Amino acid sequence: MLADKVVKSSLRAAYGETLVELGHQNPNIVVLDADLSCSTQTQKFAKVFPERFFNIGIAEQDAMGVAAGLSTCGKIPFVSTFAMFATGRAWEQIRNSIAYPHFNVKIVATHGGVTVGEDGASHQALEDISIMRSIPNMTVIVPADSLETREVIKFAANYKGPVYVRIARSAIPEIFVENDYSFDFPKANILTEGMDVTIISNGETVHETLKCAKILANKGILAEVINVPVVKPLDEETIIKSAQKTGAVITVENHSIIGGIGSAVSECLSEKYPTILKRVGVKDQFGQSGKDTQLMDEYGLIAEKFVNDVIELIEKK
Amino acid sequence: MSEIAKLSQKEIDELSDVALKIRQDILTMIHGAKSGHPGGALSIVDILIVLYSKCLKHDPKWNKSQNWENRDRFILAKGHASAALYAVLAESGYFEREELKTFRALHSRLQGHPSYGLLPGIEVSTGSLGQGLSMACGIALGLRLDKKDSHVFTILGDGEVQEGQVWEAAMTAAHYKLSNLTAIIDRNCLQIDGSTECIMSIGDISKKWAAFGWQVLEIYGHDYQEIYEALQKSRLIGNQNNAPVVIVANTVKGKGISFMENNASWHGKAPNDDEYNIAMCELRG
Repeated sequence: MLADKVVKSSLRAAYGETLVELGHQNPNIVVLDADLSCSTQTQKFAKVFPERFFNIGIAEQDAMGVAAGLSTCGKIPFVSTFAMFATGRAWEQIRNSIAYPHFNVKIVATHGGVTVGEDGASHQALEDISIMRSIPNMTVIVPADSLETREVIKFAANYKGPVYVRIARSAIPEIFVENDYSFDFPKANILTEGMDVTIISNGETVHETLKCAKILANKGILAEVINVPVVKPLDEETIIKSAQKTGAVITVENHSIIGGIGSAVSECLSEKYPTILKRVGVKDQFGQSGKDTQLMDEYGLIAEKFVNDVIELIEKK
Repeated sequence: MSEIAKLSQKEIDELSDVALKIRQDILTMIHGAKSGHPGGALSIVDILIVLYSKCLKHDPKWNKSQNWENRDRFILAKGHASAALYAVLAESGYFEREELKTFRALHSRLQGHPSYGLLPGIEVSTGSLGQGLSMACGIALGLRLDKKDSHVFTILGDGEVQEGQVWEAAMTAAHYKLSNLTAIIDRNCLQIDGSTECIMSIGDISKKWAAFGWQVLEIYGHDYQEIYEALQKSRLIGNQNNAPVVIVANTVKGKGISFMENNASWHGKAPNDDEYNIAMCELRG
């Protein structure tokens, strides 16, 4: 069952609160930040557990290494900063100091995608999922609302190994309902069933795909909307089954169309069940300043825009 | 400093014998693999053997040791000197010496650069320069959280300090007052492309670390007595000053082999058969 009225909530706040909850339960949880603890909301943890919080300053590469070292002492480090700096600046530290030795470090990056907004292209990570997904041993998760964020963070704390979680800056509509949702790693979840087209998404574009399905329903088109929070390892079975049923797949993401969920789905289907497919996302370009809602519109990430992509795709069937 | 012990002549003689064996092992491994890094491996041999035989609290039983969690940690930040570490670990009983022959071979536990999880004695994966000190800081923080009195030692190359991450970590260690951390700089003054001062001058390295809030000791890195005293002192002055300690060890790249000494071209090159035979003869004396 999905939420029936639009209530927006902050994924970052959910992250910070979940860290505090986990901190009470497990003394091995430690948190690192790189001078963005107010933005990432790790300050919530810092206030309650100052001795287990390490601000490494504006030094993301060092932060990853320090987290790697802490993990060898049985600690479960959560490292947070903006997605741009977590994955871009410190990519090789994540690869060599964390993923290669399969250390138990959780990288939870906020401010992914164009919805970073006014800060502009320098701060809008559109490649983070692509570059994290290409690292062996790395698990990549993009939660779609605050409830899913809470569940994903709890999962990450219990999972042994490196995990990258990307959470949005903006407060976004709640999709899932308490007591009627569980994060079943690495399963994708079918949000609406349909016969005509499969719409796959994750993160903050999921609510737009649900909106799109409603627009399509008014036109007599039944879309199957699938939320795929786990980009890696990919739930290929659910995706292939849906492609077999609908014969047309569209992916939507607040990320470059190169390397994200669109690529992951394309790789899977072109090898295992070739299906006509359209990737909606940022088209190999940089973002810019603007309000988050304006930018979602500008880059075609709102239902009213990509509904046409869906209709065109179906016509090709 | 009355707590600082000195080595007896007998101990020095024993260390000399071990060093000879380790240098032979390094050459044999690199010659056998037809690749590797002899220069920077030979420059840290004397430091490593004093560390492993006299200072480091460790047990070759590794994670089967009863005292596993209380061990001191060693991180070879300059991971390309892996041949030296592997030879010392084998000598210390971590694994059979026979396995040294697999150095750099397919499916070997003795990877070109140390890889965590394969071989006992390897705490983290290193090789990509600049990353080891950050990990050492993380371990030092973790040990302190657990109220362990274990100490963390790491050896960095002098060329390695050109990596910006080293200075990020240097700030972290001082900021968090990591008195349980000793970094040793293998100051052999050479890197792949030539002298450190020609490629990217490091300048007065001791002053740089001091300016970053570290306690600094400077030694000749091939004098067992000096190495032994500095390693002991580093634990003491770290605690006294509530600060991390760096030992700048002035060394000779390629130490022990005349044609490799102070020669940057031996940074990452294996000796051919003739060179190997000459080198082994030189070591035997």
